[in-house]
Amino acid sequence: MPIYNQRAFASGLLFVITALAFFLGSREYDLGTPAQMGSGFFPSLVSVCLGGVGLFIMLGAVRRRSARERLRTWNIRLLAWIAGSVALFAFMLPRFGFVISLVVLLVLASLASHEARWRGIVINTLVLVAIAVGAFVYGIDLQLPLWPSFIR
Amino acid sequence: MDLLSNLSVGFTTVFTPDNLAYAFLGCLLGTLIGVLPGLGPLATIAMLLPMTYNLAPDSALIMLAGIYYGAQYGGSTTAIIVNLPGESSSIMTAVDGHQMARRGRAGVALATAAIGSFFAGCVATLAIAALAKPLAEVALQFGPKEYFSLMVLGLLLAIVISADSLLESLGMVLVGVLWSLIGTDVNSGTQRFTFGVTQLFDGLDFVPLTMGIFGFAEIVRNLQQHGAGQGLTVEKLTSLFPTRADFRRMAAPIARGTFIGTILGVLPGGGAALASFTSYSVEKKLSSNPTSFGQGAIEGVAGPESANNAGAQTSFIPLLTLGLPANAVMALMVGAMTIHNIQPGPQVMTANPSLFWGVIASMWVGNMMLVILNLPLVGLWVKLLNIPYRFLYPAIMMFCCIGVYSLKNSTFEIYEAAIMCIVGYAFLMLRLSPAPLLLGLVLGPQLEETFRRTMLLSRGDATVFFSSPLSAVLLAIAFCAVIAIAVPSIRGRRDKALQE
Repeated sequence: MPIYNQRAFASGLLFVITALAFFLGSREYDLGTPAQMGSGFFPSLVSVCLGGVGLFIMLGAVRRRSARERLRTWNIRLLAWIAGSVALFAFMLPRFGFVISLVVLLVLASLASHEARWRGIVINTLVLVAIAVGAFVYGIDLQLPLWPSFIR
Repeated sequence: MDLLSNLSVGFTTVFTPDNLAYAFLGCLLGTLIGVLPGLGPLATIAMLLPMTYNLAPDSALIMLAGIYYGAQYGGSTTAIIVNLPGESSSIMTAVDGHQMARRGRAGVALATAAIGSFFAGCVATLAIAALAKPLAEVALQFGPKEYFSLMVLGLLLAIVISADSLLESLGMVLVGVLWSLIGTDVNSGTQRFTFGVTQLFDGLDFVPLTMGIFGFAEIVRNLQQHGAGQGLTVEKLTSLFPTRADFRRMAAPIARGTFIGTILGVLPGGGAALASFTSYSVEKKLSSNPTSFGQGAIEGVAGPESANNAGAQTSFIPLLTLGLPANAVMALMVGAMTIHNIQPGPQVMTANPSLFWGVIASMWVGNMMLVILNLPLVGLWVKLLNIPYRFLYPAIMMFCCIGVYSLKNSTFEIYEAAIMCIVGYAFLMLRLSPAPLLLGLVLGPQLEETFRRTMLLSRGDATVFFSSPLSAVLLAIAFCAVIAIAVPSIRGRRDKALQE
């Protein structure tokens, strides 16, 4: 069976998977009766609706009349670079302190752009770190470890 | 006069040195961030939200309202000067505004936008003040089943008005509702879908989610599309002052745009965007010289700009009176209000009148500050536009990360934002609009609560939603709206198929 609208098909599939996950998850909770609903009733109901919507979208995508749309290619490199630098910042913050984590975040994030030049990155990073420390640590007195735990 | 005394309560709240300063700061920061290309009001508000955590609730809301108007106005500036509308409501401004800029009239276009917005803001503030009380009184009569039906109506109207596919938006709403159920079930105390993660007991946090989906994922997309920092052509700024002829040409469009915006803004969904589209087409139809549109017609800036500002403001009406966010920005406002322990809804007006009327009065103050602030500072905003994107996005990421951390002084929220970046990117690649998800997420808990309560009161009989007259009418309107949009789309698809 040819999938004419790949994009819609994938969206529908995403909905069905989400619905299934929540439906199976809510089986652990008390269903109750319509008059005395348990904590599993509403999630199950919404999951069923979402599953239905998802299936309907998938069916629409395989009909001959549906619009022809391909899936877009993901830029995994860029995504990993941006999401990764954010996650790394979260990981480093309690261990290495604000300044070092922020430098790592800014440098890694800047490297995601293919126009990145070291000179620009260094200057930009220094300026931003200065602004951040000034505004958040001294300005609004945010509770942050400034330096690594082994220096403090 | 009831209206005047209420407004004076509001103005006394706003006209304290502190609150005026916060309104000013909000407008300034909102414009500062909103001017940056690729950042719409939603991302701007999400980024600046952490600044308001430590304020008193009324100051926080006043500042937020300032941020919102600032972001809106900043978006128009970008649209006019570099032809990059930050969001759908300034698309129409970009058309003629940028043409004016290319003809050396950027300053006049910006001034027109400011004057139009200010006039629209004044009228919309009055409209809110006048409508708020009667609407809230109606809302106070609502029982759980009416509320449930009202929320269903609001969600469906929001989906219907947006240009995206009906089914896909509906799916996104439902995903949002399911996500909103993560956390502790208030009725039974059961932990749902938390996998024992303590940080999830209070539910999925709203702010990191918005930053991941609207901030970080958007950055990945921008980098992918343009490479970074592709040279923008920034138009030169000239005299700000419109000529007498300009004033004559803009007066009527501003009045009409304000009227259209005030009415359409109340509708859930597009609000401001729909208003600006409508106003543009109305001006084009009424114009004696329709061919000048798209070539730098001042009417094409004055009308839509007034309309989107009026609409942006009246979209507060359903939020403040019914507790129903009309669009994604309003959903974010609900999130912000909840942080300050305010449950938006009809009870705010009676329980906390100074806050309620203070926010309304601050809308007017915010609009005035924008005129005072933006016309002199516009040269500075233009300079900001010259910063290449490759220097900008690391700064955006930095502010987002710190903001998310400051929410609870914990890194869990930063991880959440990183994950939501991937989720948001998946949505972008699948062309699924995340705005309905946000609405579902915000309304989810109330939907469950009212649904359960209704079913409890009716002893498990679901037909009460249709047998109670008010609830039935609300659902009937929702049904008609869906049918109305579904039929032409079926017809359109059939036509397309026939052509092939």
